[in-house]
Amino acid sequence: MATKSLKARQDELAGTNKQLEILNGGIFADGELPYFKDKIANIGHYPLKPKKLEILQINVGYMCNQVCEHCHVDAGPDRKEIMTRETMQQCLEVIKNTGAHTLDLTGGAPEMNPNFRWFVEEAAKAGIKDFIVRSNLTIIRANKKYYDLPEFFKKHNVHVISSMPHYTRGKTDKQRGDGVFDKSIKALQELNAVGYGMPDSSLRLDLVYNPSGAYLPGDQMALEADFKKALKEDFDIKFHNLFAITNLPISRFLDYLIASENYEDYMYSLVEAYNPAAVANVMCTNTISISWDGWLYDCDFNQMLDLKVASKIKHIKDYNEDILNDRNIIISQHCYGCTAGAGSSCQGTVA
Amino acid sequence: MAKSYYDPADLRKFGKITEWSEELGTKFFDYYGKVFEEGALSAREKSLIALAVAHTEKCPYCIDAYTKDGLQRGITKEEMMEAVHVGSAIKSGAVLVHGVQMMNKHDKLSM
Repeated sequence: MATKSLKARQDELAGTNKQLEILNGGIFADGELPYFKDKIANIGHYPLKPKKLEILQINVGYMCNQVCEHCHVDAGPDRKEIMTRETMQQCLEVIKNTGAHTLDLTGGAPEMNPNFRWFVEEAAKAGIKDFIVRSNLTIIRANKKYYDLPEFFKKHNVHVISSMPHYTRGKTDKQRGDGVFDKSIKALQELNAVGYGMPDSSLRLDLVYNPSGAYLPGDQMALEADFKKALKEDFDIKFHNLFAITNLPISRFLDYLIASENYEDYMYSLVEAYNPAAVANVMCTNTISISWDGWLYDCDFNQMLDLKVASKIKHIKDYNEDILNDRNIIISQHCYGCTAGAGSSCQGTVA
Repeated sequence: MAKSYYDPADLRKFGKITEWSEELGTKFFDYYGKVFEEGALSAREKSLIALAVAHTEKCPYCIDAYTKDGLQRGITKEEMMEAVHVGSAIKSGAVLVHGVQMMNKHDKLSM
């Protein structure tokens, strides 16, 4: 398992141009598989346009305590891109005035941003309906200074969404690193202990499942039932919902696909599983993604490919929801990841 | 023409069977799809049965397909291997049970 990001390894794939060249070339340029643009044009969805904005997703930095093999952010301890307090201030202005009902903080490990707690306290005051923090769980056990995170989340009524690739140790540690499973279990138990994830609790605890390899997620409800049964029986852990998220072929997951000679088969799987019904609800149609340095993107994946929004408003300092909502969404072949099967988004399936 | 009888990429072309006989191909795939739906058996159980049969039939396409299907369903490698052993045990049992026929014949022919 790699311990450094692609960027720190100065890998060619750390560059977004190389990734886009792969996604636009090969089996797509040869005509073996259709371009995503042509697929959605067939059903009248090209150019892809936003609907009403519902979710503001803010990436507060790429630093993380883990180096997961599938990470589309290429996050890790060696990543130094961290949102400053000044950019957070600009985000807060937007949060106070947005029409979005959900605020979604992600990373890296968002908790590692030195201004994270201040930002959560301030953002919570805006009274946004659903305030999500995407926590990798192990951060809660990584250092004493994070031990009180469950209480902190509870105090601000934060909705915790946590990654958990499998309910068995082997599969989890293979994807996310040795010891991750045990720490994640402990962190979930601590979240349960303060009231998170209990059946009638308003303290929401959801899990995210990503396949640990070159295959698509199965049925979200069936997986949720399996996770609930196993985590309850083995560790007395409770949670609300499981979101099955497809791995998109970018960054470290793309690197893995190519190195394991699974890239073409995986792209075939995504294209074969293309579901027109998922197109209308892909998350880029109701989300704006904001990067650590304040740039605006259609989604977190486009952020990692450095495909900024196609709008004259490109930065949080100039934010204007009406103008932004009139843009065309930028697409490429990675978008097949969000339209495969039941569809995939940061909130799970969409179709 | 390919130089070998089996090409992993041919599995992707399975659906093209319908092009040369639309009625029969469509009926087959409709039937196939229906068989694997949730029923008295769960889709998960059916996937494991399919994996075991894929092995007894020694079908490389089916083995690829149902290993991947199992992974997608969150089936563990321990469960998959147990399913393969079930297939293997039935297969070897089917050979060995013929030993009774041998014993019968042996005894009939012997004084």
